[in-house]
Amino acid sequence: MKIVVMCGIGLGTSAILKVNAERALQRLDIDASVQATDVAGVRAAAADAQVILTSSELVNAIGKTNADVIVINNYFDVDELVVKLDIALGS
Amino acid sequence: MPLPHLPLDAITIGAHADDWPAAITAAGDALVRSGAATSAYTERMIEVIREFGAYIVIAPGLALAHARPGADVLTDGLCVVTLAEPVTFGHPHNDPVSVIVGLAVTGADDHLHFVAELANVFNDPTVISALAGATTAEFVRSVFERTDS
Repeated sequence: MKIVVMCGIGLGTSAILKVNAERALQRLDIDASVQATDVAGVRAAAADAQVILTSSELVNAIGKTNADVIVINNYFDVDELVVKLDIALGS
Repeated sequence: MPLPHLPLDAITIGAHADDWPAAITAAGDALVRSGAATSAYTERMIEVIREFGAYIVIAPGLALAHARPGADVLTDGLCVVTLAEPVTFGHPHNDPVSVIVGLAVTGADDHLHFVAELANVFNDPTVISALAGATTAEFVRSVFERTDS
């Protein structure tokens, strides 16, 4: 399973989201890779991804995708990530 | 790996900013003062927000000011600016901003360690309000050194 985290420039904010998404996945006991990307690279990065995590500000920049787009409000809140990832990926 | 050194001259307490570009400029000034970047980096941090919006407001009250690595980044650096009056960036959930963390990195790959440490600091939900209420740079530095040991 693949999850893409996207920010404007592909480092900094997306790296924080990657770290905390990995912590949330570990809590959920879900095995998935998490890749950070930027707006320019999201289409390629998300071609085989189940989920894209990003900010509400950037949703429109994603364009067409088959992945579920999940908006994260607080990038440091692992609980928020657990709840939203569980809804998207949980069985 | 610990966070980049947070020298006291990279910390500004109670900056006055009329708008978000002024707030980001205060963070850029702190990076310049501490020797991490030149003023050209400040302009690039502002440009990121002009291009992509206020997504850098990544938690309630907190903005992570940063741009890509470049010649205007002299060394990996971190700065912290607290604002005397919170500033609106235009984020639907996390406005207004009272704390800005500025990040300058020389390379995209090796910044992941710093970021994991930053996450460790801020995963404590009390940290942003503690920083916002800080009255001394020494206190701010102590918050960031908590996970170094």
